[in-house]
Amino acid sequence: MINYILRRLLYVLPVLLGVNILTFVLFFVVNSPDDMARMQLGDKHVSQAAVNNWKQQRGYDLPLIWNQQETGIQAIKKTIFFEKSVGLFVFDLGLSDNGRDIVADISQRMWPSLAIAIPSLIFGVLANITFALLLIFYRGSYLEFGGLFVCITLMSISGLFYIIAGQFLVGKLLALTPISGYAPGMEAFKFIILPVVIGIISGLGSGARWYRTLFLEEAAKDYVRTAKAKGLSELQVLFKHVLKNAMVPILTGIVVILPLLFMGSLITESFFGIPGLGSYTIDAISSQDFAIVRSMVFLGSFLYIIGLLLTDISYTLVDPRVRLN
Amino acid sequence: MKGLLKTAISLWLSTLAACSDVALNNPYVQNEDQGKVIYSSFSERPKHLDPAKAYSSNEYGIIAQVYESLFQYQYLKKPYQLEPLLASSMPTVNYFDAHGVQLSGQPSASDIAYSEYVLTIKDNIQFQPHPSFNVGLHKRLPDAWDGESLYTLPQSSRVLTVDDFIYQIKRLADPQTQSPIVGLMSNYIVGFKEFSQTQAALIDNKPQLDKVRRLQSVPMLGVTKINSTQFSIRIKGKYPQFINWLAMPFFSPMPWEADAFYSHPVLLSKNITLDWFPVGTGPYFLAENNPNRRMALSKNPNFHVEYYPREATDQLAKKGLLKDAGKRLPLTDKVIFSLEKESIPYWNKFLQGYYDASGISSDSFDQAVSFSPSGEVGLTHSMLERGIGLQTAVTTSSFYLGFNMLDKVVGGDSKKTKKLRHAISIAVDYEEYISIFQNGRGVAAQGIIPPEIFGHIEGEQGVNPLVYRWQNGPQRRSIDEAKKHLVDAGYANGIDPATGESLVLYFDTMDSGPDSKARLNWLRKQLDKLNIELVVRATDYNRFQQKMRSGNAQLYMWGWNADYPDPENFMFLLYGKNSKALHGGENASNYKNPRFDALFERMSSMENTPERQKIINKMVDIAREDAPWLWGFHPKAFSLYHAWYTNANPNLMANNSTKYINIDPQLRRAYQSKWNKPVYWPLVIIALALLLLLLPAYRIYRRIENAKAL
Repeated sequence: MINYILRRLLYVLPVLLGVNILTFVLFFVVNSPDDMARMQLGDKHVSQAAVNNWKQQRGYDLPLIWNQQETGIQAIKKTIFFEKSVGLFVFDLGLSDNGRDIVADISQRMWPSLAIAIPSLIFGVLANITFALLLIFYRGSYLEFGGLFVCITLMSISGLFYIIAGQFLVGKLLALTPISGYAPGMEAFKFIILPVVIGIISGLGSGARWYRTLFLEEAAKDYVRTAKAKGLSELQVLFKHVLKNAMVPILTGIVVILPLLFMGSLITESFFGIPGLGSYTIDAISSQDFAIVRSMVFLGSFLYIIGLLLTDISYTLVDPRVRLN
Repeated sequence: MKGLLKTAISLWLSTLAACSDVALNNPYVQNEDQGKVIYSSFSERPKHLDPAKAYSSNEYGIIAQVYESLFQYQYLKKPYQLEPLLASSMPTVNYFDAHGVQLSGQPSASDIAYSEYVLTIKDNIQFQPHPSFNVGLHKRLPDAWDGESLYTLPQSSRVLTVDDFIYQIKRLADPQTQSPIVGLMSNYIVGFKEFSQTQAALIDNKPQLDKVRRLQSVPMLGVTKINSTQFSIRIKGKYPQFINWLAMPFFSPMPWEADAFYSHPVLLSKNITLDWFPVGTGPYFLAENNPNRRMALSKNPNFHVEYYPREATDQLAKKGLLKDAGKRLPLTDKVIFSLEKESIPYWNKFLQGYYDASGISSDSFDQAVSFSPSGEVGLTHSMLERGIGLQTAVTTSSFYLGFNMLDKVVGGDSKKTKKLRHAISIAVDYEEYISIFQNGRGVAAQGIIPPEIFGHIEGEQGVNPLVYRWQNGPQRRSIDEAKKHLVDAGYANGIDPATGESLVLYFDTMDSGPDSKARLNWLRKQLDKLNIELVVRATDYNRFQQKMRSGNAQLYMWGWNADYPDPENFMFLLYGKNSKALHGGENASNYKNPRFDALFERMSSMENTPERQKIINKMVDIAREDAPWLWGFHPKAFSLYHAWYTNANPNLMANNSTKYINIDPQLRRAYQSKWNKPVYWPLVIIALALLLLLLPAYRIYRRIENAKAL
């Protein structure tokens, strides 16, 4: 297993390099260093000398990927691509083009994102699984029909509607929680409760239906019939046996997104004024801040790969038949 | 974690149960509203809080309260007038010829080679308390410092000196600062450009020299310290608008200690830099700076003596803006800016009383504003019931549709192309545009100068006769008249003789989203009145800017906000030497008319006199005749204020107006409590509904459990 993990970790390097090259190419196809400078310096009274000075200060005055004025390895090293990429592989994210320390920004903004994402995930999964198991339990009855109707209805409504309606109903009409905002520490509770509840409700329809499909597949297997024949109650069968055996696909869905939780949610954070990482990349793309864009894409890719690896490892924990070779 | 969660839930539930009158939806931390607090917001974090770099309104909203300039705009006076702020008096301006001989009397602009501004500062102005004034901290921070707040470090202060102004001017020229006005000031301040070049050389040749010593090691030729309270700035030629620049944050004093302190690597690694943590003399200091969440200004304990103005225009006096006359400023203790990215939550929180003032977005316009049968603007019943007030003001901005004068079809100074531009000027109905897309919030422009700027003429005299006729007000000329111009232009009925089909024009824009679709369709329809086909070339921001810089656009929309209230700041947008394509300036239409340029050169160096007005009138006439722009409109700002928020006055030039605002916290608390009573009964109903659901669920459960397995 250790060999497998090491091998998978080694795969990370070429994947990250590829992602980095792709990000670089896509970014500079759309934005030139001159465009970046003008975006940072503003619209008024910006001279070419100021643009050149900005580029020189931040190392964007070099050629993009090949320096014809240099020879040998320097032709690659003295380029924007090399100088901006090499630090990433030792997680030295450096400064944003706006002059802020990216690591400091991320470490500050990841906590509010996590404060929303972790309870949303935990309670969301619990709610989805419970609801799905209940649908299985009541299958064939009008309660299942009603439950499925609720699921379809919940799935049919736009995520944005939940947010606006939730803010209007709970924050404005009932005046039970703040409409938006955030505070650190214990004060955070009153701000995160509404986005978490909305997150759970908006994901309930699709989540419950997905888990229901998994559980139905399991419920049709022989061991379930055996368990019932042995006299186990329906609830015992579902919550003890079916749930445990359906864990592999559930874990696939959950573990892979665990590391990405701290990347936040753009719309939720935007509407609730949560100072998380959700809008960090989007804001950076709008302001043409390549330093942040490359860092966040790099970090996102790395975490995704780690998530996949964790998923593989978790298989061995829930299914003894799986061996990592 | 489990314990924390439990405590948090029990806290919230106990609050729910026990405090039925407490506003549970209050988005602020408990006990934060002690004293007089202004609640405001920001939708995106400011790029810069360094006065040498900041140049946008959201940045000025914060730094203009922390930094002070030599002069400020009188808050309750119109037209805009400057008064001393950190200066003890208005400057003495001396003029010199090319040989350095001082000129006496009122020399003509052509004789003046240099102007020298002699500036005297007030005595005993203190900087805010700040750790940077503890010079010992520049090298070593206390081991016990947690890095959370600058204000947990030992603080000190010192008296403002003229060296602080000189240091800031040097910072403006420093290549490392990257000030947006470095190019502009290089053209005016003597020795500015040379200083900048010397600093660039020092950065390359002596990298070990720290920034403070580097800047202090070389003098700037045109900036001289006369004595402990006086210094002078020498500029090239005559440039009366220079004093307006001195009123902007760019020229705020900067203590060298701030630069030295913030160069500490520990502070840099925590994003604590001068660009984010200002050090000023203003009425407030930035006590909390988390641009990802919120920023808070607190009253500066060292703020010098300044009083609320005792004089105002009659109109403002009648509005009650002199109620606090003579009171010491600032009138509030704290200003809290919270991150609010979306307009809907902002609006709802304003209605709940958690924000003190608000603009009006298109979504909420009908909810807030109503028009009387006579067309007068007022508030809706629901707003009036809440005691909300409305203020409107035409902004010192122009949004226009420009022709690229380098373009063969629409540009140039031939009679034919002029007539084509006249025809389009009539056809594009900006009154309709304002009505549809601005909710009536704007004034159709008659020329380049907005209202309340010297040179603007109201009424019949100020109407653009080529587009309007005066019949109890400006009436847009008929489309038939536009068609006649089109015939003169050689495009009878809109047909291009070269192709035998409708003339095709191209509109370059960076608006390509769904929001802009209606606007672009509207523009197409306007030209369709003349049987001209408009092709929209939508592109991204970068490509659009590139097209404009290279002069490859044909028609485009652009806007300009005044830097200072002088006609020169608008007229220069049409000055030939400012052509964007040819000289990299702000004349996006690349308009060039030698008569206009000659008049501009005379007008720009004149004081506001009747003679200047005559020249401006001539320039306006020339520009109207040449029609490089469809003059577009001047937006009207609509602002809403709660009853507890007083002294608000839409003075669009005064960036430092927060110090004049007053708050009645008791009234706010009373309103907030009235508007935010928690409602619990729906929760009870939901709980009951869930309980009711359990009944059939239990019955089915029993049935399933009792059924045979196979």
